[in-house]
Amino acid sequence: MCARVVEQWKMDKAEEAEDTDAESPDRAANWSLQSAPANNTGPLAIKTEQLSRTYKVKSQKKDKGDKGKGEDKKTLVALNGVDLEVYQGELFGLLGPNGAGKTTLIKILTTLLAPTGGVAYVDGLDVVKNANEVRRRINMVSGGETSGYGILTVRENLWMFSQFYGVTWKDAYKTIDEMLKVVELEDKANIRISSLSTGQRQRMNFCRGFITDPKVIFLDEPTLGLDVNAARIVRDFTRDWMQRQPDRTVLLTTHYMAEADELCDRIAIIDHGKVLACDTPTNLKKLLQKQPVFEIGVAGINDRNIEGLSQTPGVVRVTGEAAQGGSSYTLKFILEDESAIASVINALTALNASITSLNKNEPTLEDVFIKLVGRSLADSGTMDDGR
Amino acid sequence: MHKSTGLQLFLRAAFARAYPRVRGANREKSWVFFEVVIPFINTAAFVFLYRALHAPEAYVGFVVLGGVMSTYWLNVLWMMASQLYWDKQEGFLELYIMAPSSLMAILLGMGVGGLYMSTLRATAVALAGTVLFGVQFAASQWAVALLAFAVTMFALYGLGMMLSSVFLMWGREAWQVSLAFQEPVFFLSGMNFPLNKLFNSIPGPLVLVSAIVPVSLGLDALRQLLFPPDPSTGVPQITGVLPPTIEMMILSGLGVIFVASAYLLLKRMEWLAKVEARLSLRWQ
Repeated sequence: MCARVVEQWKMDKAEEAEDTDAESPDRAANWSLQSAPANNTGPLAIKTEQLSRTYKVKSQKKDKGDKGKGEDKKTLVALNGVDLEVYQGELFGLLGPNGAGKTTLIKILTTLLAPTGGVAYVDGLDVVKNANEVRRRINMVSGGETSGYGILTVRENLWMFSQFYGVTWKDAYKTIDEMLKVVELEDKANIRISSLSTGQRQRMNFCRGFITDPKVIFLDEPTLGLDVNAARIVRDFTRDWMQRQPDRTVLLTTHYMAEADELCDRIAIIDHGKVLACDTPTNLKKLLQKQPVFEIGVAGINDRNIEGLSQTPGVVRVTGEAAQGGSSYTLKFILEDESAIASVINALTALNASITSLNKNEPTLEDVFIKLVGRSLADSGTMDDGR
Repeated sequence: MHKSTGLQLFLRAAFARAYPRVRGANREKSWVFFEVVIPFINTAAFVFLYRALHAPEAYVGFVVLGGVMSTYWLNVLWMMASQLYWDKQEGFLELYIMAPSSLMAILLGMGVGGLYMSTLRATAVALAGTVLFGVQFAASQWAVALLAFAVTMFALYGLGMMLSSVFLMWGREAWQVSLAFQEPVFFLSGMNFPLNKLFNSIPGPLVLVSAIVPVSLGLDALRQLLFPPDPSTGVPQITGVLPPTIEMMILSGLGVIFVASAYLLLKRMEWLAKVEARLSLRWQ
């Protein structure tokens, strides 16, 4: 089935190559909207109800004489009553900063971790009570994972993992060969994976997730560390795989806002273990329609000044990105209304800052993220914390 | 896409997990050095020692057989018992758990693959011993000897499966634990000397510990079967601690206990790991 999809995908890619409009972001965005369920009443692929997960973590006790030294156990809340509904056929995105609980959620849904509260269902099955049935229906790809034994070739490794899902040899080899063509690894099929580059390994891992033809696939930062071309291949394949098999579901976590915006039918923004918002990218951006976003290039200020600017009347959020050398900043302001820009200019003037540029931007998903989470994804770093 | 379930899935998964070891046996030549040459050097040292002491020539055969068995023991210790721990470190364990196949199938595959790999090494050690030291196996009951070997392997790899699930929870200490087991088992199993000499010299509890290690009774049974009494004089070359038949029965029982324990422990450990989040957190 997957092989047929791949074949169709290749034919379509050939057609798309002749159509320059096919690469435009608008087209991708339109596709996403068209693919979203017309009304959210279809069968659910994923459902969580009050899903919670806490961890006991060791922490160093503060010195209180000799007796006070040692380790103490703290409770860390990774998920805090998450309610989520993902419909069959959706490409659903999960956005959140480090430690937000994204990976914890995926681990629970993939039966790798037990929740401490609430319930979770995948394809209508309880992930705790029916773990084995759930496993038949899912697969997961994590960006940066190093799956596979170096002594085996790419083809052998993928075949091995397909066997853990009971795929027949004929289907497995056919799908593997087709998938390797798609991710442009066909010439590496018989090379030991110990001699692959990191990016090539990651593309191989991506294949591993799809060769078992899962009903629900979890993609945890699938393009992390990939070059532009490889990331595009991965995104295109994901989208087309969904298009060809409308009953399949993808849950994607990514740090790349543009990727989420381009690919996802709906997005949930999660922070501190809670879902802050969940809607289509377009609707999420509408949250900021009445709150204009200004980008101002400024020289002669420092980080402390930026914190102070958030107190300026009419400012909802402000983030700053230092330019090379740290002598100037690009500040992004989300304002209550356009008139507040005057207060911002006055505040900058009072700081003796020199304004080098000023632009009013259309709200992006990143702006929505900043408004909801209070900081940009870049401020949160690029790697998750392992949860 | 058709996907197997039940027994078919179990066998597919076991075969697939055995595959890297079967292929690896031929692809990674350095393993030949570590798993043939090093055990053989150790064996050779004992051969020279026994000859220097004018020990009965049968002792050379005992030591070579011990060398053969040591390749299996090292394989079980380093490539079975510690394997799930390494897999966890590499992130493979998550993939195994997440797949619908049983973890027992994965363990079985590791065992079968390891057995194949070790058999190549063991054969090389046995051939080298025969050629270089003139060891002559004079078994009159080859079928029984093969059965004794099979039962020993069943118990030994069953032990490996059980230890594998225990090591999974021991976490980062797995390496040290393997290291701690290696030499004592060489000693307690009589790898380089007849087991009865050891049993006559150590306290009862240690005898019990020795008997639980499948290599001990397995080696003792094989030595009795492969080095029978001299047909002309009727003088036994070795005094076994128990008759081979009894030892084989004990080994069968141990094998069943080990495999059943592996199954139960794995279930328990997997659940605990999921609850305590130790399954997927590589840094813990």
